[in-house]
Amino acid sequence: MKPGESALQVRGLTKRFDRLAVDSLDLTIRTGEFYALLGPNGAGKTTTLRMVAGLLRPDAGSVSVLGIDALRDSVAAKQVTAWVSDEPMIYDKLTPLEYLEFVAGLWGIDPAVSEPAARDLLVSLGLELHLHERCEGFSKGMRQKVALAGALVHDPRLIILDEPLTGLDAVSARHVKGLLQERVRSGGTVIMTTHILEVAERMADRIGVIASGRLVAEGTLTELRQQNGQNDTSLEDMFIALVDVEAAAARARPRP
Amino acid sequence: MMTAGRWKKRSALIGLIVFAAVMHLPAYAVIGRFAGPRGPFDKSTLIVISATLFLAWALMLSQAIESVTRVFYARADLDLIMSSPVRLTNVFSVRIAAIALSVIAMALLLSAPFVDVLMIGGGFRWFSAFGVVIAIGLSAAAIAIAVTIVLFWMIGPSRTRLVAQILAAIIGAGFVIALQIAAILSYGTLSRFAVLTSDAAAAFAPDLGSVIWWPARAALGDGEALVLLLSAGLVLLGVVMAIFSPRFADTVVSASSNASPVQRGSRAAPFRAGSRQQALRWKEFVLLRRDPWLVSQTLMQLLYLLPPALMLWRSFASSAAIVLVTPVIVMAAGQLAGGLAWLTISGEDASDLVATAPLQPSRVIRAKVEVVLVAIGVIFAPLIAALVFASPLQAAVTAFGVVTAAASATAIQLWFRVQARRSQFRRRQTSSRLATFAEAFSSIGWAATAALALSIPIAALITGLMTAAILAATWKISPRRG
Repeated sequence: MKPGESALQVRGLTKRFDRLAVDSLDLTIRTGEFYALLGPNGAGKTTTLRMVAGLLRPDAGSVSVLGIDALRDSVAAKQVTAWVSDEPMIYDKLTPLEYLEFVAGLWGIDPAVSEPAARDLLVSLGLELHLHERCEGFSKGMRQKVALAGALVHDPRLIILDEPLTGLDAVSARHVKGLLQERVRSGGTVIMTTHILEVAERMADRIGVIASGRLVAEGTLTELRQQNGQNDTSLEDMFIALVDVEAAAARARPRP
Repeated sequence: MMTAGRWKKRSALIGLIVFAAVMHLPAYAVIGRFAGPRGPFDKSTLIVISATLFLAWALMLSQAIESVTRVFYARADLDLIMSSPVRLTNVFSVRIAAIALSVIAMALLLSAPFVDVLMIGGGFRWFSAFGVVIAIGLSAAAIAIAVTIVLFWMIGPSRTRLVAQILAAIIGAGFVIALQIAAILSYGTLSRFAVLTSDAAAAFAPDLGSVIWWPARAALGDGEALVLLLSAGLVLLGVVMAIFSPRFADTVVSASSNASPVQRGSRAAPFRAGSRQQALRWKEFVLLRRDPWLVSQTLMQLLYLLPPALMLWRSFASSAAIVLVTPVIVMAAGQLAGGLAWLTISGEDASDLVATAPLQPSRVIRAKVEVVLVAIGVIFAPLIAALVFASPLQAAVTAFGVVTAAASATAIQLWFRVQARRSQFRRRQTSSRLATFAEAFSSIGWAATAALALSIPIAALITGLMTAAILAATWKISPRRG
């Protein structure tokens, strides 16, 4: 697939729990793009990404990952996708290298390829002194780095991250951001939720703002400013204004 | 109209009353015959009562060690306590007292049906048995605290956790197993009472006036012995509180900050090649091998298997009692498989990772079930192999029982699986009581079926069908049906 073609195409994605969490969402992310999905707490960001990653079954809609229908052929879609949640899910009793060996095995990667890749990843994330230590004694930041390395070891083409910088110190956060940008430069696609607007502002090629399960704004930072009619406003101000408008509209909408 | 909360409370109360009433039946079967006789007592009676009390004490000690370890290693409200303007010695004195109280409360609850049966059959004098339970509970809590802190000083916080868990498991089962081993070696039977009521034990026991009989005498209604016993228990706990309370705080802080020591992996070998399921199985085996709970539980199960193994070795095909080996092995397999299945199937720490892996969920489950069955096979195969030399038919029946009990326990865990962290293992029995009971009944049912298949085959057919019906009913009401 050539750069610019869609890495992720979501159409009419809907999910209801006790209330409507995601409301007929349409989203297209191009290959080689760094996309930041912003939104207030409970806006439906994580639910959307969990559906894309195959962790939740949508009530309606379609998800296409690099041209693969992710709902029909979930195994093929998962082969090219990686998911990292805000709460690092790793095994306390495994070492980082063992964890990466397991992940690579799960994705069916040849050990001749995965082993050097695993070592490089862990070293680039500053974990070279902890390769053979069990993760049970690791801080949250270290655990997040191991989880991220696990997500990248099988060389995914679509990387989905839910608040990946939570709990990371400034140095670790920079490591992670550098690694993600490198992946984008080499043709990978990253979609990431974050509450740190500065990160979105600096790193993302495009930004989507989601509120009440709907995509209320989307574009580059410049496009968003133009849409908002204020060329010198900050992303934070725009975000708050967009969310306020959507909250007022949601209150005015009749409840089903 | 009754609210949901009130109805829940009422249901719990009714359930508790029914459970307590039902517990009186096995209590009567076990202890009813000892209620009647009045003193003076012979040595054999005192030995049996003392041994029973010692067993109860060992179980309380085991529970208390578990409780103390839990207090040591849980951060919970530690930060709040440490930052509050309260004297830590006072806080931890209260905590030690709370441990003692919880141990005593549980022991009173469990012993109540037995003491009731004794009071109904032998009169109010048996009421003093409750006092004995309190006294031995106090001493068990005191010794548990002392043992754990001493262990902590001797081997450090990282090893204490594992050693204390193993110690708790072994202490709980050790006494009964030691009696069984003695009975097998001396009388060729699994009955513990054979040793306790033997002439040799009576000859070896001290005089009737010895301090060692105080607990038994107190349980039999000797007021003086009871007061002395209670006082000794209180003094012991008081001394432990006085000595250890000031250090308890340091120990707790040290333990919680060192709860995850640096442990190195076992190897720096190259990555393995293999299928995705092989990767899953490898991960499960590594995690099981490194699981402290599993190590202690497996040791305990192996400990339980020691008497039948010994009996097997001693009797071979010559004794009819060898049939008893089969239900013990089948029961142990079912119980161990239930725990293993929970750890591998429900206790998945990286559930998102596995769920987003390019692998059908059915293949993930299959790999995990294979791990459980292989682990059970590895543990029980040597015993069954030994049984082949004694009786090939019995070996075949035992093998079938082991596989069926393990498969049933695994199936129950599959039907009732709820995603959880492995560290939540303790809560597995409270998350679904139905699954817990079904697992226990299934293991007991298959153990009985295997035993009966060797002695009364037609009865085995009935118990087998009953156990299968229990499984079918469990599946019918399970959340994963279909």
